[in-house]
Parts: sequence; structure tokens; C-alpha cells
Amino acid sequence: MSKVRVLVGTRKGAFILTADGKRQNWEVNGPLFAGWEIYHMKGSPVNPDRIYASQTSGWFGQIIQRSDDGGKTWDTPGGEKLPKPGEFPSGGSNKFVYDTSSETGKLLTTHQWYDGTQHPWEFKRVWHVEPALTDSETVYAGVEDAAIFRSTNGGQSWHELAGLRGHGTGPKWQPGAGGMCLHTIILDAKDPQKIYIAISAAGAFRTDDGGKNWRPINRGLVSPYIPDPNAEIGHCVHHVAMHPSRPGTLFMQKHWDVMRSDNGGDKWHEVSGNLPTDFGFVIDVHAHEPETIYVVPIKSDGEHFPLDGKLRVYRSRTGGNEWEALTKGLPQANCYVNVLRDAMAVDSLDSCGIYFGTTGGQVYGSADGGDSWMPIVHDLPAVLSVEVQTLR
Amino acid sequence: MIKVVLPPHLKTLAKVAGDVELEISGAVTQRSILDALEARFPMLCGTIRDHVTQERRPFLRFFACEEDLTHESPDAPVPAAVASGKEPFFIIGAIAGG
Repeated sequence: MSKVRVLVGTRKGAFILTADGKRQNWEVNGPLFAGWEIYHMKGSPVNPDRIYASQTSGWFGQIIQRSDDGGKTWDTPGGEKLPKPGEFPSGGSNKFVYDTSSETGKLLTTHQWYDGTQHPWEFKRVWHVEPALTDSETVYAGVEDAAIFRSTNGGQSWHELAGLRGHGTGPKWQPGAGGMCLHTIILDAKDPQKIYIAISAAGAFRTDDGGKNWRPINRGLVSPYIPDPNAEIGHCVHHVAMHPSRPGTLFMQKHWDVMRSDNGGDKWHEVSGNLPTDFGFVIDVHAHEPETIYVVPIKSDGEHFPLDGKLRVYRSRTGGNEWEALTKGLPQANCYVNVLRDAMAVDSLDSCGIYFGTTGGQVYGSADGGDSWMPIVHDLPAVLSVEVQTLR
Repeated sequence: MIKVVLPPHLKTLAKVAGDVELEISGAVTQRSILDALEARFPMLCGTIRDHVTQERRPFLRFFACEEDLTHESPDAPVPAAVASGKEPFFIIGAIAGG
């Protein structure tokens, strides 16, 4: 029988929630890595027992953890091995060093700081891990300060795809309130050379050659809070989602505005439609209906909680513009949580399951495409990320 | 044999329960202690000092023999009682809420 495994990253550890295909009775395991911030966990689509986790701490820095048994046991890739005599310790699984090699020919050492001055790039943490679609040894990491790294040895060592920082607009990138993070990585299932990423606050970018060259894809985005609202760079993109069967169609939750592109990001148009507010962080696509999308509207950039204290997921079955509120099972009074950018995911069972986590520590699930919801857990630490694996 | 006391999170990461004992040949300094610690526990690389600059991470302190050694030179000898194994070398995380 099918199972689902929900991977939850929180401010104080990781939790793994499992259920059978009915998704009514849940087993909760955790906390794993207790006391550490777990920004993101994601399983390999090739080998679901392989899960990568970003474990981070203001005290001790960045750790990459890996499980090869579905989350039962974890190790730092390569870090568990004692070095041989005379050999320098590896410990490279958490070594994220920006590429300053002459090969790139484009050393890039500063970005824009909050006050508009230039500031050096400083590695802080991994926001997002994205295992490759065809090879469980290859995995991408989106980091703060914004850059993308790739490992081809299961996370043992990492190398920056420096063309992203090197294409020339880096000095215009600037941090959002959460830092200057590369938080979204989307791999194109039909074209392995094509990767989409998004950065707060720089915008969305695409490579068509496997990561060597990148270009901004922000035409059509309008952000009144930056000096040139139509600028090529500087937009605070919160999240981007794509259905695997429609690789050219992207949906974006920007700081304000829900956007859509049907040509791989070359041009965007707004699909906020009748949303009560179009500020928010998460956006995702139904597993079987590429025109069905989900967002959780948040009141405003100054008030990061649901409008009127009502936690409502909004669903559009028309690829945007026409939205319906989904409220059954969700608190409709006195709810002032947030839903962060990587904290929504969908399973691929016949009746698509939708999951999201809140800064109040609740993880909600719907086994019927969003028509009704139930709290799977409701007292975790603040939820940073939610991913789901469908196990058959 | 010198003794090192790790903060709880790093004990978990290194999968050790108690104090760590390290054999160090030559001068016992902060640097030689951390080199030996990282050689024994590679997963601690980068958690106490930066991978590239080798500088101490800002929220960590080094104490021993009731003294704060945090700002001593990494190549200065540690107190004799640490070098002899009589007293441990403490790696401490700064106290903070949250």
C-alpha cells in the first residue's frame, strides 16, 4: 500500500510524519537534530530512502546531513570516516566556499547591503536542498548569501555554479528581511540543462546549459518598493512552483503579487485576481492538475499573518485569477501564524494531498486536494519547511 | 592525553557522550587542539572555526583553568594543566535565548 512521508524542518529540529495512503492516522518521529535549525529536508526522487537535510546554527554554522534509510539514521556525508594517518580530515560536507577561481574570470565580491552600500559575500547557511531528478548522488544547494552549489558525490563536497553570481548583476542584489537567500531551485524534468532559481531580493534566474550561464527572468514583475519598479533585478521573489509535466509554466508568489509565466520566465503576468491580499510566501501546484495552484495569502509585508485572523488556503483551478478560499478544518478566528516560503508541498497519490506548516508549529494536511484539512501536529517549533514523499 | 569538553550540540554531532580525549604531539596550543579534534571528528570541521580563514566562529569561547583563553593567540601554549591532561579545555557556546 502507498505511504506518505512528510519531512518537516523547524527552528528546533526536524520531524518526520508518516501515514498510509488514507492519510488519517499519522506517526510523528522527532525531533531529529534537536535544538538545531533545520531549514530544509528533501528526498531523492531516484532513491526515496536517501534524504538530504540542511542543519544550521548561529553558533556552529552549517551542517549537511544525509540519511540512506528513509530518515531512520543520519550521517554527515563523508564526515563519519576517520582520516588515514597523514591525511587531512575531510569534513567537506559542510564546506561551502564561494568560487573565486580565475577559471570563471568574473570575481564577484560584493552585493548591495540594506543601506545601499556594497557588502562582501559571506556564507551563512543552506536554505534549500534539491536532489537531482535522475541521480541520487547529485544534489543542489541554495545558500545565503545567494549562490547555488552542486555536489556530485552525495553531499560529501560542494562546488559553486559561479556563473550565477558572475553574470554581472550581483552588485544589485540585496538581502530581504530574512537575508539574501537563494531559496528556490526547480529542475526541469524534460530538459536536464534547464534550472530555475529564485533569490530574495534579486529575482528569478534561469540557466539553459546546466548552470554555466544564467540570465535574469523578471520581465513583467513590478515592485513599487524598489527605485525602478520594472527593473531587471531587485524583485523580492518569495517562491516559484512548476508542474513537472508543464516545464515552461511557472507560478510565482512575489512579495506582493501572484504571477504566472508560460514561457519559462521570459515574461510574467499577474494572476492575483480576486485574492483578498496577494502578499504571501508559499505557492504550489496540484500533482495531477497543472492548472490548479495553491497560495496562503498573508495580510501584508508589515503584518505577516493571515487577514482577519482566518487561516485560508486559496485554490485556483484556472491557473490563477479565479480563486476560492479553502477553510474547512482550518482556524477561522484568532489565527496569527505565518506560512513560510518552503513550507508547502503536495503528494502524488490519486487524491492529491496538500501539506503546509506554520510558524505556530502546526502542520496541516488535506487528503482531498484542499477541500478539507486536519492538523497532523499542532505544537511543533516554528515550521521552516515541509516536503512530502509519496512511497509506493 | 588532553581533555576537551564540547558544547552539547557538538557532542551530538560528533556522536560522543562525554569528554573527548586527544593525543597531541608537540606544543599544545588552541590550534593543535582544534587540528587534532577535527582530525578525529571530521564532521566538526567548520563548526568551531571557519573552513577558509580558520578563525574562531564568533559565538564560541575557549575556557580553561578558570581563565578565558578566547582571545589568546591560537599558537600560544595553553596552560600546563591542560597540556598535561589535568584540566580540560572547554569549548563553550555563547549564552543566548531563543
